[in-house]
Amino acid sequence: MSLNRIGAIVLRQLYLLRASPVRVLPLFAWAAIDIVLWGFITRYLSTIVATGINFVSILLGAVLMWDFFGRVMHGVTTAFLEDVWSRNFLNLFASPLLISEYLTGLVVTSILTSLVGLVVMLVLASAAFGLSFAAYGAMFLPFLLVLFLFGIALGVFSSAVVLRLGPASEWFVWPVPALLSPFAGVFYPLDTLPAWMQAVGYLLPPSYVFEGMRAIVLDGAFAGQLLAWSVALALLYIVLACWFFLRVYRHAVRTGLIARYSAESLS
Amino acid sequence: MVQMTTDAAAVAATAANPSRHVLAVERLCKTYGGMVAVDRISFAVGRNEIVGLLGPNGAGKTTTINMILGVLEPSGGTIRIDGVDLAAHRSQALDRTNFAAVYAPLPGNLTVAQNLRIFGLMYGVRELAARIDELLEQFDLVRFRDTRCGVLSSGEQTRVALAKAMLNRPHLLLLDEPTASLDPATARDIRARIREFARADAGGVLWTSHNMYEVQEVCDRVLFLSRGRILLEGDPKTLPAEHGKATLEDLFVTVAREPLALEL
Repeated sequence: MSLNRIGAIVLRQLYLLRASPVRVLPLFAWAAIDIVLWGFITRYLSTIVATGINFVSILLGAVLMWDFFGRVMHGVTTAFLEDVWSRNFLNLFASPLLISEYLTGLVVTSILTSLVGLVVMLVLASAAFGLSFAAYGAMFLPFLLVLFLFGIALGVFSSAVVLRLGPASEWFVWPVPALLSPFAGVFYPLDTLPAWMQAVGYLLPPSYVFEGMRAIVLDGAFAGQLLAWSVALALLYIVLACWFFLRVYRHAVRTGLIARYSAESLS
Repeated sequence: MVQMTTDAAAVAATAANPSRHVLAVERLCKTYGGMVAVDRISFAVGRNEIVGLLGPNGAGKTTTINMILGVLEPSGGTIRIDGVDLAAHRSQALDRTNFAAVYAPLPGNLTVAQNLRIFGLMYGVRELAARIDELLEQFDLVRFRDTRCGVLSSGEQTRVALAKAMLNRPHLLLLDEPTASLDPATARDIRARIREFARADAGGVLWTSHNMYEVQEVCDRVLFLSRGRILLEGDPKTLPAEHGKATLEDLFVTVAREPLALEL
């Protein structure tokens, strides 16, 4: 792989961000609004429910983590969609660029953009609402890692879907995190769900993160094996998503879809 | 000299002396279901040579160029760029290639310099900053250095696309109607630069155009494509007379309307 070519993909996104506040604002604005909204909800819940449960760590922490996951996923897909919107596929894929370099460039872009959102959320949640990540102990970074890996996997998968179905299918990308959140048990334990939803939930790496967060805050412990399992699951999804993207790309090269993509044609 | 290019003579010559040609295409074909878009064509482009790929709309020119650019997989045949097999070593082959086409503008939301920097990195151009300055000068783009490509006129955008196509001093330059949106003065200037590129940089050029005057002025050799097959090949200055036509345009019209009359 060529670092220059990966750098070119990242640099293109940085140029776009530098020149456009419209692109910078969504990196943190919606997540910040979520933190403010849920910050006040948790503060209100703490005043009316005298259970001694730390709602800030359970609910606000979950919102922050889930928003981080969404930002990672959208970081990949937005960078991909920039090439869709500017009809850049022919220029990119007729160059020496490898698909692995292209995807790595999208992932590096997502790391940079999602970090901006994460920092803003962390500062806001801790300064305004007293959220302390010390509550999750040493598990905090592994939790973030699982969400990051799964966000990358879903971002690559969603990009492949848009590549296959055409530019109009970008609507598919935006609601994916919201679609998954009921199954991932962001705000409630998985055993709250009916059996079939639990089965889906156990296939989603974020479920283990949120179960783990609640277990640590409420019981003070969480099984490390479950976390290791969720990391393995997330890595598997990354491999599957990259395989799917490559397969879709090859189909697009075989049918000529790449060459005529801007015409929004479907086969 | 007229010849049927499904004849493998040109390709055999390429195989015997691969360094002579920057592009060697052998029995290339593309089918979509039962429809044959390109039918086992073979041709080569030599160093310092400008070859015109001509033909009516739907003849298979862009399909052929897309296959050479690696964005469309052939149904059969081989493509060698500078001796490198495109199917087996895609990245290395495309490293020696570049292109400009009216249907592939550079991203309009980046400036001219930003686009050139990004594609310069993509093609591994050494001393990139100096090369960008040189191309901005060469294509009269200095005053547009920090202008977003999307707000440039179509002629200016074409010049940016050509500057991008020259970034890596490609061994094979593919140009799909490069002067289609240029005024006559600018088009003449661009033709001169491309001729200069072919003469000085040892690159070969595959050029499509519907402007027969331009083709006659620029190309050393032309290939007439019709219904996915190469019908005629030869020197654009002598080919019309060889087929009893007054001009290259007359010959083009015959290829478009009565291709069977020209098949050998």
